[in-house]
Amino acid sequence: MFKVQVYVTLKEGVLDPQGKAVRGSLLSMNYDEVQEVRVGKYIELFIEETENLDERIDSMIDQLLANPVIEDYRYEVEEVVSN
Amino acid sequence: MKFAVIVFPGSNCDRDMHHAIQEGIGEEVHFVRHTESDLASFDGILLPGGFSHGDYLRSGAMAATSPIISAIKKEAEKGKPVLGVCNGFQVLLEAGLLPGAMLSNEGQRFICRTVELRVENTKSIFTTSYEKGQIIRIPVAHGDGNYFCDEETYKSLKDQERILFTYEDNPNGSVHNIAGISNERGNVLGMMPHPERAVESLLGSDDGLKLFQSIVKSWRETHAVHS
Repeated sequence: MFKVQVYVTLKEGVLDPQGKAVRGSLLSMNYDEVQEVRVGKYIELFIEETENLDERIDSMIDQLLANPVIEDYRYEVEEVVSN
Repeated sequence: MKFAVIVFPGSNCDRDMHHAIQEGIGEEVHFVRHTESDLASFDGILLPGGFSHGDYLRSGAMAATSPIISAIKKEAEKGKPVLGVCNGFQVLLEAGLLPGAMLSNEGQRFICRTVELRVENTKSIFTTSYEKGQIIRIPVAHGDGNYFCDEETYKSLKDQERILFTYEDNPNGSVHNIAGISNERGNVLGMMPHPERAVESLLGSDDGLKLFQSIVKSWRETHAVHS
């Protein structure tokens, strides 16, 4: 079994209204040093051993988990003991 | 003319859309579930607003993987009119039928009110019954209505006159005030405002009627009975 940790982030240059609101709150809490906040998504997949693992993960992300128009992604694969 | 209103789990403007067609313009209309895979018997396809699949992951992302999507693509390729409103627009973007993507509103708030739109182009099958530059009043109701595309895409949308509607007073941060765009061929339209909620002056506005009337008018012109 593999645990895949997928990080989906907004592309550089794409406005992040959520991040902007979070920064606003941090500033109002006197964390004046915060220059920018970008909010992304973290997704865990548990995948059975399969051929072309990386290729299949890439296509899952491209087809559904991330939108290439506005988002970038990266992932880490770790082998885990299945329950 | 025979319309299909696509129903996804979480669609909630499907009945309004049905009403706009049946009562508003008096044409035939049927509900079609997202699990269906054939739309060949319909002349026009309508994707309603709502929160398909709970808007989980991204608005419209999961609906865009439904079996019905390949049927919609097939009919769109034949040139049939396809209209996506609100969540329906988001589904068309996620399915790649229209360019760009939707972000959450600039102000992070759900907006539900009537806005003014400018009709930018009256050559489209969706807008022939309007006047160019006409200001129409149509309701919006969305949290993720902030349309985004890169400058290159914007340039091609503009050059090909595919921006059909713009906001007079941008409510959500959409690039260049874009409220509705069509595909290159002109038969697929996505828009955030709800024309199906503006078909009776008693309920505030009937400015949406002309959109549906335009579709039927264009269809009749190309399907005229030759005697």
